[in-house]
Amino acid sequence: MSDMTERVVLGTAAGHSPEAVPGGVEQGAPPRRAPVTSTGLIGWLRANLFSSWLNTALTLALAYLIVRGLIGSVSWAFVNAVWSVPVTEAGAQTQACRALNGTGACWAVITEKHRFILFGTYPYEEHWRPALCILLFIGLYVVSAMRRFWRKELVLVWAVTLVAIGVLMWGGILGLSYVPQERWGGLVITLILATFGLAFAFPLAVLVALGRRSELPAIKVLCVLYVELIRGVPLISLLFMASVMFPLFLPDGVNVDKLLRAQVAIILFAGAYLAEVVRGGLQALSKGQYEAADALGLSYWQKTGFIILPQALRLVIPPLVNTFIGFFKDTSLVLIIGIFDLLTAGKTAIVEPAWQGFGIEVYIFCGLIYFLFCFAMSKYSQNLEAELNRHRRR
Amino acid sequence: MSGATADPRLAAARAVPKKRMRLSWSDPALRGIVWQVVIVALVVLGIWWLVSNTRHNLEVRRIATGFGFLWREAGLPIGEHLIDYSPTDTYFRALLVGVLNTLRVAIVGIVLATILGTLIGVARLSKNWLLAKLSAVYVEVLRDLPLLLQLLFWYAMLQGLPGPRQALHPAEGVYLSNRGLKLPGLVWEPAHGWALAAFLIGLVATYFYRRSALAKQMADGRPRPVWPAALGFLVVLPVAVWAALGAPWTVDWPALRGFNIQGGLTLSPEYFALLLGLVLYTAAFIAEIVRSGIMAVQLGQWEAAQALGLRPGQVLRRIVLPQALRVIIPPMTSQYLNLTKNSSLAVAIGYQDIVSIANTTLNQTGQAIEGVAIIMGVYLTISLSISLFMNWYNKRIALVER
Repeated sequence: MSDMTERVVLGTAAGHSPEAVPGGVEQGAPPRRAPVTSTGLIGWLRANLFSSWLNTALTLALAYLIVRGLIGSVSWAFVNAVWSVPVTEAGAQTQACRALNGTGACWAVITEKHRFILFGTYPYEEHWRPALCILLFIGLYVVSAMRRFWRKELVLVWAVTLVAIGVLMWGGILGLSYVPQERWGGLVITLILATFGLAFAFPLAVLVALGRRSELPAIKVLCVLYVELIRGVPLISLLFMASVMFPLFLPDGVNVDKLLRAQVAIILFAGAYLAEVVRGGLQALSKGQYEAADALGLSYWQKTGFIILPQALRLVIPPLVNTFIGFFKDTSLVLIIGIFDLLTAGKTAIVEPAWQGFGIEVYIFCGLIYFLFCFAMSKYSQNLEAELNRHRRR
Repeated sequence: MSGATADPRLAAARAVPKKRMRLSWSDPALRGIVWQVVIVALVVLGIWWLVSNTRHNLEVRRIATGFGFLWREAGLPIGEHLIDYSPTDTYFRALLVGVLNTLRVAIVGIVLATILGTLIGVARLSKNWLLAKLSAVYVEVLRDLPLLLQLLFWYAMLQGLPGPRQALHPAEGVYLSNRGLKLPGLVWEPAHGWALAAFLIGLVATYFYRRSALAKQMADGRPRPVWPAALGFLVVLPVAVWAALGAPWTVDWPALRGFNIQGGLTLSPEYFALLLGLVLYTAAFIAEIVRSGIMAVQLGQWEAAQALGLRPGQVLRRIVLPQALRVIIPPMTSQYLNLTKNSSLAVAIGYQDIVSIANTTLNQTGQAIEGVAIIMGVYLTISLSISLFMNWYNKRIALVER
């Protein structure tokens, strides 16, 4: 900073040198540094925290509250916390936790139950399989997030990974023991519901969005009805429909399991919301693109596949990611119809009398996992938005 | 574009020659019709297949369809009801209680979330670094956690509170215990009803007075203050009515009697947890909407308004807010709809809203289709009403372009 000031001052001095101006302009005062109170840390503090009496009062009040809150949570979560309790044949001895009487966290419930919360009732020796699936899912997300992998082969990668996850979870081949679907649970169910949901809802959404902008009235009406009906009702009512009405819809002898039914409900729900996002992209595209494609004599599907969708989808990637975050969170609603996802596993873990009343610790643990996934997606979406809008900035 | 077609001489020349439909696959019009017929036929077939399966299944299981069960005795106890209800009432009345409970949490939630969200959104733009960062952290954390988890968390928190005898007692007449929140309540008397009516009449009168004052200002350019009339209509009139009727004022203070706190207003733990969760969660989204709305107003608008000599309050009220609202209203509508739909998560913590009561009903009677249909019908009605109202409001404040 000071370096620059000097250079500017030098330039001015040269311009106004006595030789250049014979009239004898008075020599400027020697360069001075900016006052200490307006630069550096002090300047920053003055500008951002103590700019006026009101601001100072606000800062002090907030600082007091933050410090008190921090001290309170640190002493609850770390200083007074109990990290493990003895486990005997009679079960966990949680007297130490009860004795805290709310002054400290009982992380022993996580120490004791984390395998259950993460993997549900999956056979204990086989826990590496859902764990590997979770890693595969995360790998899939990371690969899909990188722009250099955005090409057709990505679809293949998705198909292979999802099949591999199915094989790992079910087993029965390659020397893996068979694990029925009723025993799956925990984080992997959340990831399955979210990933398979989006993998199927997205193509559906693109079709519906195209249908809603179609010139064929019957198709348009069908798509509008679908989108508006689904968006008008809560996800819970669709999940209820999947769990109590779906069995009535199907012919005798056809039995679809509960997880698949919930998955169908989530796909239908996500499809309607994603369709609206995609429609936004289709509308934002300039009309010239449509007309130019028509002028080239492309058929409807050629026009859509080669000209319209590649541009429209690129426009809506940030809102799409935000919608994905919403669905990732919404998969937790399957708790209400009794499917064993991460949140249900957490809630079930504290049903046992010994652990009753330690809900807050378990919910914080589950919350951290949800937060990590959603926060990563949200940051990614913000970065992507900045990157995609770079050409628009002046 | 519009100029060209307006010219009557050109209209005839530019008119597209009327097409005759050809019976050929290369004719797009014919192709369109064929595709529509095929798709509609497929959808109708699919629905017919589902309906016939359902009818067959219902016959096999001997379930009678229809809404006749609504008039049978419900026999299900409901803890919180805004209208008189007892378990001997009909299912219809039970469901009505459920709808009212849903509306009770949705309306209060929308009002509180709007206030809190606006405050946080504005705080995020504050010049005070600490306040801005604190609001940013609030928004980031609350947005990235599932609402259901938050509801369960708050409910667990409330259940972890001490019992009524050791209730937290932060202020006179306020008790927070594991039985819920107790607040002092006003004993409702007819005079209050009349005062409320006077307030509503005053509201209408203020609206018309403001309109006429604005019309006069438009005519001669002299501003006329509205606030004295507003004060008269909104404060003096209701107070006068209330005083004329004897000024009844009895406050029902909650107090510890025996093992429980008696009297006063009660917010049950279920309602309180649901309201808290919904308001805190939705406020995070509303804060972002408000922030982006304010940021969407260009800096030049502030500067131009200041250059015209408007006072800061006037700049905000007359220049910035009307423009920001145009950006804010549409996404705000969808947040209101989301809050209403999210109130259905009440079923997870045991607040008896429409979903919870309809769910119990369908379990008791086996009328699955009717139960789910009632839930969907109620939410569709509420959603449509909110979006109709907000669309009307949006149209009113929208920019009028040529």
